Amino acid sequence: MPVSLDKNMKILIVDDFSTMRRIIKNLLRELGFNNTVEADDGNTALPVLKRGGIEFLVTDWNMPGMTGLELLKAVRAEPELKTLPVLMVTAESKREQIIEAAQAGVNGYIVKPFTANTLKEKIEKIFERVHGEKA
Amino acid sequence: MAASEDNKAELLEHARSLVAHLEANESEQAGQVLDLMTELRESELFQEVGQLTRTLHDALTVFRNDSRLSAIASEIPDTQDRLQHVIELTEQSAHRTLGAIENSLFLVQELGQVARDVGGRWDSFRKRELEAEEFRGLCRDMDGFLGRINDDGERLQSELTTALMAQDYQDITGQIIRKVITLVKDVEAGLVSMIRLSDQAPENPTAADRKKEKTDRERLEGPQIPGKETDGAVSGQDEVDDLLSSLGF
Repeated sequence: MPVSLDKNMKILIVDDFSTMRRIIKNLLRELGFNNTVEADDGNTALPVLKRGGIEFLVTDWNMPGMTGLELLKAVRAEPELKTLPVLMVTAESKREQIIEAAQAGVNGYIVKPFTANTLKEKIEKIFERVHGEKA
Repeated sequence: MAASEDNKAELLEHARSLVAHLEANESEQAGQVLDLMTELRESELFQEVGQLTRTLHDALTVFRNDSRLSAIASEIPDTQDRLQHVIELTEQSAHRTLGAIENSLFLVQELGQVARDVGGRWDSFRKRELEAEEFRGLCRDMDGFLGRINDDGERLQSELTTALMAQDYQDITGQIIRKVITLVKDVEAGLVSMIRLSDQAPENPTAADRKKEKTDRERLEGPQIPGKETDGAVSGQDEVDDLLSSLGF
């Protein structure tokens, strides 16, 4: 059953490379999501998340300062944020790392380089599940 | 230096006697003096080679004992592949971007041409200069043009998305180059410590030098290099999906 996604939901994009943030931002815009904010690593992302209002987090893993996995763990440890859907988009492609991210509570995992279609699919899948759980 | 002063005095003495023997046509004695001089030269050379060998040996022992240095040495061939991969990625990306731009330019030029043609006749129609038959032709062309704007618009959007996605190389090559920079820094530090140690007896690595617990960031591998994939790396998104679904995702 296709779910209608809230195209106005506020999305935080976290990546240390500004080009990758722009790519993800543009792809999200193409999918109809115009409400995005950006951060360049976990340390700058966490305060934004704690301020509230972010409904979806798209994060890289390997970043200076706080990594995406550390950010994910911090998010899951925060009572206000622990159910926030998190999509990891990363060049890390070792099985043990994917498993580690899954165990830390990631909702989706995309390996770079990726296609526009993969991003669309994963976002739809994440929100299908999120809505399914709420229903 | 005293040793070389001694050598110089000895050599000078030999040289003088060599000249004296040669002038006196004493070739046998001259030969003996030459042999002596050669011997002197060789022993000096052997000493130097010996010293160099010892330094090299010490340095190599240190090198072998320092796990950090041997790890660096094994990473150097890998670095060549990494940089080669950077060249390939940037090249591919440039071609993908240029291809998308060329296709887009072609589409825009064609659309512009049709727009000018239809637009010109539309102007004539507004000035009531068009015959009924010409107007029917204009309507057909207008229909075609509107359909084309729709189709070509979609094609343009897809070309622009291709150009957009082609920029993902910057993130991947950036990660690879960062790893190479770290390696170069390690090599530099290793060489500096080797130079320092070559003057002294090799020291045992202190407890602080031994491998510390790696942080999350340090154990990340970054992008895989084609043909050089590490064990346990997935080959693409399909494998990620399979793995996650096997975990109940």
